[in-house]
Amino acid sequence: MAGYILLGIGFGILLRDAGYGVLWALAMCVLIYAGALQYVGVGLIAGGAGIINTILISIAVNARHLFYSISMIDKYRDAGRKKPYLAFALTDETYSLLCDGECPDGVDKHSFFFLVSLFNQCYWVIGGVMGNLLGNVIPFDTGGIEFSMTALFVASFVSQWKTTKNHTPALIGLFCSLVCLIILGAEHFLIPAMLLITFVLLLLRKSTDERKEPEK
Amino acid sequence: MTSDIYSALLVLIMALITVFLRVLPFIIFRNQDKTPAWVKYLGKVLPQAIIGMLVIYCLRTISFTSVPFGIPEIISCAVVAVLQFWKNNTVLSIVAGTVMYMILIQLVFAA
Repeated sequence: MAGYILLGIGFGILLRDAGYGVLWALAMCVLIYAGALQYVGVGLIAGGAGIINTILISIAVNARHLFYSISMIDKYRDAGRKKPYLAFALTDETYSLLCDGECPDGVDKHSFFFLVSLFNQCYWVIGGVMGNLLGNVIPFDTGGIEFSMTALFVASFVSQWKTTKNHTPALIGLFCSLVCLIILGAEHFLIPAMLLITFVLLLLRKSTDERKEPEK
Repeated sequence: MTSDIYSALLVLIMALITVFLRVLPFIIFRNQDKTPAWVKYLGKVLPQAIIGMLVIYCLRTISFTSVPFGIPEIISCAVVAVLQFWKNNTVLSIVAGTVMYMILIQLVFAA
């Protein structure tokens, strides 16, 4: 996916600007393999963030992966030896490709999931390394390239909006986060927002279930 | 610049937390024949809500009370949203939005 290479390049450039070379780009793309956290992580390692802070931010930025994994439990149930890697490689992009993408006929579905995951990571690694190497030869000012992360989320938000009929969860996500941001400020709003969203969604579950019952 | 060893430690922490979060649900629910209904429900509705939250998270440092009042972000996000709605091509939307943002902050609203 070109999107992945592009975001990887953005990350590589940011990392280069912060003073970290290609081995760092390679290590982070292979080991962490999480777009949003790596973008945030550039700031963390360059600024020498505290350990506790790093742990909390990692949890906050990546807690959504808990829910990606939860929704893939049934799909990955019988994946056997491929399961550990499938779980490790379940990023935003991979999740969005696999959760509604259909497996081609006549192909073992777990091999298909595995290859999609693996190729995605390859693209990500190539992008990160390329961006890092090209960082100092790119002839224009790269200021603002970090917006690619925002753009990715806005684009996924719109895609999900188009493919779902019930927009309540998306709106709850926006609204609860805004409320928490306004009350608690930019530094501390993320974890409370996540808890509030989960709480409100669970509250709404009963009414949603009752509405769906006749369809079954 | 921070020492390399400390940076490596932070990278390692980020890696471990990430894989822990991704693997945990598979471990917790591995022995159950059926995933509990409330977990399935959360798996269905949470990703949408969390993407919404991440959009807000990316925009959290905008100040609407000082120049440029978040105008570059608002315009660029609108570009991404409209393009995505219209063409449904994620790469196109991201590239156009990011280029728009870079032009706005470097040329139009340059300090």
